[in-house]
Amino acid sequence: MHTPAILSVLGGDRVGIVAGISRVLADSNANIEDIRQTIIGGVFSMTMLVTVEEDSVPFEELQQRLNDIGQEIGVQVTLQREDVFRYMHRI
Amino acid sequence: MHISPEEIVETLLMITQQNLDIRTVTLGLSLDACADNDLDAMARKVRETVSRTAERLVPVCEAIESAYGIPIVNKRIAVTPIAQIAAACDAEDLTPLAVAPDEPARDVGVDFIGGFSALVHKGIGDGDRRLIASIPHALSTTERVCSSVNVASTRAGINMDAVLRMAEVIREAAAASADTDGFACGKLVVFCNMVEDNPFMAGAMHGAGEADAVVNVGISGPGVVRAVVSSLAEDTDLTAVAEAIKATAFKITRAGELIAQEAARRLGVSMGIVDLSLAPTPAEGDSVAEIIEAIGVKRCGGPGTTTALALLNDAVKKGGAMGTSSIGGLSGAFIPVSEDMGMVRAVQDGALTLEKLEAMTSVCSVGLDMIAVPGDTATETIAAIMSDACAIGMINNKTTATRLIPVPGKDVGDMVEYGGLFGSAPVMSVNGWAGTKLVRRGGRVPAPLGSLRN
Repeated sequence: MHTPAILSVLGGDRVGIVAGISRVLADSNANIEDIRQTIIGGVFSMTMLVTVEEDSVPFEELQQRLNDIGQEIGVQVTLQREDVFRYMHRI
Repeated sequence: MHISPEEIVETLLMITQQNLDIRTVTLGLSLDACADNDLDAMARKVRETVSRTAERLVPVCEAIESAYGIPIVNKRIAVTPIAQIAAACDAEDLTPLAVAPDEPARDVGVDFIGGFSALVHKGIGDGDRRLIASIPHALSTTERVCSSVNVASTRAGINMDAVLRMAEVIREAAAASADTDGFACGKLVVFCNMVEDNPFMAGAMHGAGEADAVVNVGISGPGVVRAVVSSLAEDTDLTAVAEAIKATAFKITRAGELIAQEAARRLGVSMGIVDLSLAPTPAEGDSVAEIIEAIGVKRCGGPGTTTALALLNDAVKKGGAMGTSSIGGLSGAFIPVSEDMGMVRAVQDGALTLEKLEAMTSVCSVGLDMIAVPGDTATETIAAIMSDACAIGMINNKTTATRLIPVPGKDVGDMVEYGGLFGSAPVMSVNGWAGTKLVRRGGRVPAPLGSLRN
């Protein structure tokens, strides 16, 4: 099952954020469809549109893996199904 | 990317900083099949039915919260008005029918069970009479059960005998729960024009026109609306204020619509309604009073409050109506006192009175809500306050409700702590010139001319 999701990362800027997150996604067979990243006042902000392959790694499992890497790197990682954003921001 | 980073950040801010949440996913559940002439057998069936359902409700809601990243604050169950099934037996004390769903609800983490209810707007049946008499004991001996009684409607008028009886019951419930400052009354609401699909407590029940099981969702979001109004320039005109509220209400409602659809799908039942009511919580900033103040009233309750509330309530509906085709429940801003820090502050500052809350009721949803009054307030005075709220509902063809707590041993100015979503209430002053003789006349206030619509 392909589940589109939005991954958002917030935290202090440091080496290895994109690499760490991307590695977890690749290991989980989740594809990065789009990626935006900015640094505002030293705060690292990244949003990704990813497709989660739930047959390989269930959504909850991927959330857990991302939480773990987030804690390791010291940033806040949130993975949410994409439809909530589409519902709220598109008519 | 279809969704811009700004939109993603806006949503995340709503959730993390402005208290956007789904206030409740309420599963409406029919207990019609539980009716039995043996009270114990009926209680057993009720327990089994609720148990079976409750078990799945909480894990499903938690999985949805996690997948969408939006908190679902309460998971609730609303059942068939118990008086309806209780009519099948002849037991006088119906408390066992409140205890039966309370225990399984607590075991699996369902926050509230609504439906220890009766509809008596035209007359009091024997099952209704026994249920009403059981309310004080039932509410003071259970934890999560909520009770509601409909005493008036536009089509039937006001059943003043029922109003007076409910005033007695409120005083009895307060006395029975004196150790918790009359908290049983916080779980008891008296309605005019009660709705059958309300997901909010204490007035939730599963009406006769509903399917066996249905998911109803109550949205939230006063904090989000307040943040939006506060961010507008000082000289933004009222049309633009309404427009901003409308756009925000649309987004909040869409979140509710999505959660409702998903919960219904995962539970394998049909989706009922999305209730657009703006429901405050005691959390700082999550306040309807503060929206009114952000629109431009010095303190909620001051002149201009009713205008600001009317604008707010209407704009929320217009935005919400675009967001879902399944509007239902109460769908109007809530103005409870204890549950809204801004309301509490307004009462303490002397800006907000019972009479102003009554006026506000006429332009929003359920008005005289979670109001602590002195413990020695006369039964007739409580009845007269409730009948005034009913009159507004009856004439204006809308729902009105009262949730009054005559706090034993407390007087005007005292504070009462209820905790959690119930918050804390300042004991409010009550007008001493009540219509004692009026309510004692009994009988029925006839249905108004406006009810003749056919």
